[in-house]
Amino acid sequence: MEGIYHDADLKDSPVSEKKTVVDSPDIAQTSDFSNLPINLQLDSEEKIRLYSQMVRIRRFEERSLRAYQQGHIGGFLHLYIGQEAVAVGSVSVMSEDDHVITAYRDHGHALAVGMDMDECMAELFGKRTGCSKGKGGSMHFFAPDKNFWGGHGIVGGQTPLGLGIAYALKHRKKKGACMCFMGDGATNQGPFYESLNLASLWGLPVVYIIENNGYSMGTAESRHSAGEPLARRGEAFDINWSVHQGHDLYEVRDAINNALVLAKESSSPSVLEIVTYRYRGHSVADPDQTYRSKEEIEEYKQNKDPINLFRDKLISEGVLSDEKANLLDQAAKDEAEASAEFAIASPFPEVSELMDDVYWETDNPDQKVSSGEMFFESSR
Amino acid sequence: MPEITYREALNQALSEEISRDPNVVLMGEEVAQFKGSYKVSEGLLEKFGPDKIIDTPISEAAFSGLAVGAAMMGMRPVVEFMFWSFCYVAFDQIFNNAASIRYMSGGLINVPIVFRGPANGGTNVGATHSHTPENFAANTPGLKVICPSTPADAKGMMKAAIRDNDPVCVMENTILYNLKGEVPEEEDFIIPLGKARTVCQGNDLSIIAHGRSVMVALQVAETLQEKHGVSVEVLDLRSIRPLDLDAILDTVRKTNRVLLVEENKPFCGVDSQIAYLIQEHAFDHLDAPVKRVSAIDVPQAYSKALENFQIPNHDRVLAKAMELL
Repeated sequence: MEGIYHDADLKDSPVSEKKTVVDSPDIAQTSDFSNLPINLQLDSEEKIRLYSQMVRIRRFEERSLRAYQQGHIGGFLHLYIGQEAVAVGSVSVMSEDDHVITAYRDHGHALAVGMDMDECMAELFGKRTGCSKGKGGSMHFFAPDKNFWGGHGIVGGQTPLGLGIAYALKHRKKKGACMCFMGDGATNQGPFYESLNLASLWGLPVVYIIENNGYSMGTAESRHSAGEPLARRGEAFDINWSVHQGHDLYEVRDAINNALVLAKESSSPSVLEIVTYRYRGHSVADPDQTYRSKEEIEEYKQNKDPINLFRDKLISEGVLSDEKANLLDQAAKDEAEASAEFAIASPFPEVSELMDDVYWETDNPDQKVSSGEMFFESSR
Repeated sequence: MPEITYREALNQALSEEISRDPNVVLMGEEVAQFKGSYKVSEGLLEKFGPDKIIDTPISEAAFSGLAVGAAMMGMRPVVEFMFWSFCYVAFDQIFNNAASIRYMSGGLINVPIVFRGPANGGTNVGATHSHTPENFAANTPGLKVICPSTPADAKGMMKAAIRDNDPVCVMENTILYNLKGEVPEEEDFIIPLGKARTVCQGNDLSIIAHGRSVMVALQVAETLQEKHGVSVEVLDLRSIRPLDLDAILDTVRKTNRVLLVEENKPFCGVDSQIAYLIQEHAFDHLDAPVKRVSAIDVPQAYSKALENFQIPNHDRVLAKAMELL
């Protein structure tokens, strides 16, 4: 069980040996987004940092997968591997006024907003050093100090919450916007449409980002959604919508930045569909071969891996070298390994902490104003 | 002390708290221009404007979730459900998000929100509009649940709910909206959650009730006194979670006989938990088994002839009380 997986062997071959992009018609169609203003303003150091963030997310999740297989992590583990450019690209254009909320596939967004590997890995292990003290788990990471509002387990359930964050910003006359991430499956939940209606009706600064990885759990888009593209559904509400490729970090940055500008300058919502792909099952415990082929997964790994593509770009731009890329990769592996060691060494929460964090009031007894029993276990 | 209706008491509470705290807003269907389906928010739009008194589309999931998101950001939204029955299409937002985000974030995020509206039967509106979900809400750690039964409680407990830093579900009653009673005018008139009220003192039997069932309990207490010379103590729970267990046990220990009355359906209703707590903590003080009167255990009936029998009424409560004496 242990240590057998690396979801994608990140390239360590020289750039000259890469496949020609015309192998994939989709890629052949994409234009070069590196010369757009939002990307021209990136200096070499920032580009390397973005590359490194994607690698860190990949290596963190690969290490978490090993820990899951070793029995350290319970429940579900929804890996983001393959989709890294979406979270990293999106978060890279947010300002300190902007906010992020997402669904249960949240590790990438958490690390992208700056949560550290230790608190995230420890949360997966159910340790008290975890970001939610071991009470949230994989699907429920939070970091309000970094404007990251979770981590939500019910498909589509976060779409009204993201709306509410945007509403609060507007009501309080703050200048930020909320990026609300969701999967393609969530576009078929009712609250999403109720939210789109309100977002448009009230002119709220929310950007709905559909990370379309092609599958609603194990159901392909062609079997779960009528009409395409999914983002076009925003049109019914007079909401700006567009579709973008998620394997190109530069393209993601441009798309999200435009939507954030629109949200903040004219308090208008957007629906962006970012086409991406996950290499792993819906959750790692799920069978992966019942609804798609190995060849399909391999095709993406070979031709559309967001990390390899960005690496090639940076090498061709002269920003990155093979040696430097390998060093960053090793550093990410080391950091992930250290986070696993941290998680293993960390204590589990005490049973005495089980009833903490339910109510503000019971956690703040000195300011308690109500009386009576709040809990009903037979301890009295 | 001025005498006002339950409806006016709620209106005063909302008005005072919106004036007091810029984070408080009221949102829901028909709360602004229409002045509220039951006129609870009458006059508030004129007073506070559309930024504070907010009409929403018929989208309970979206506006409940929106309010939870705003509460996470530090606002204190008051969400009106035209009927609590309509919360069922917003279940995820209330029972997952409002209730659990604090816990799942390890205490990093608070959700200071109020969900309010009527939750009662007895108005011939059929099964879909007559739910009493206080048992669902009380079954969900993270939520607080209150059922004020008088105008004074409606005001004092609503104000406490709005100032509370946790999510509070306020279950009102359309039949009580016109009920009049004395209500203090002071700005800081607050009735803390979790404090039951002894409505009348007695020695022979305790009737424990919440919401409009308290009124029925009082009528039955009067009948028992007048016709049978039985002295009944009536305890109004007021708050379901937190629960004033001490007050419950005190009255049981005093009268040694207890009848529980509620509009909930019986199976896993609030009173099943109350009965459990009584037998656990005051078993030796009971001279008879705990008895209950709940709504008859079928979907709420439309016909007046059926529904008036279905919900706890004077005669059904009296008959059950007689079994205990």
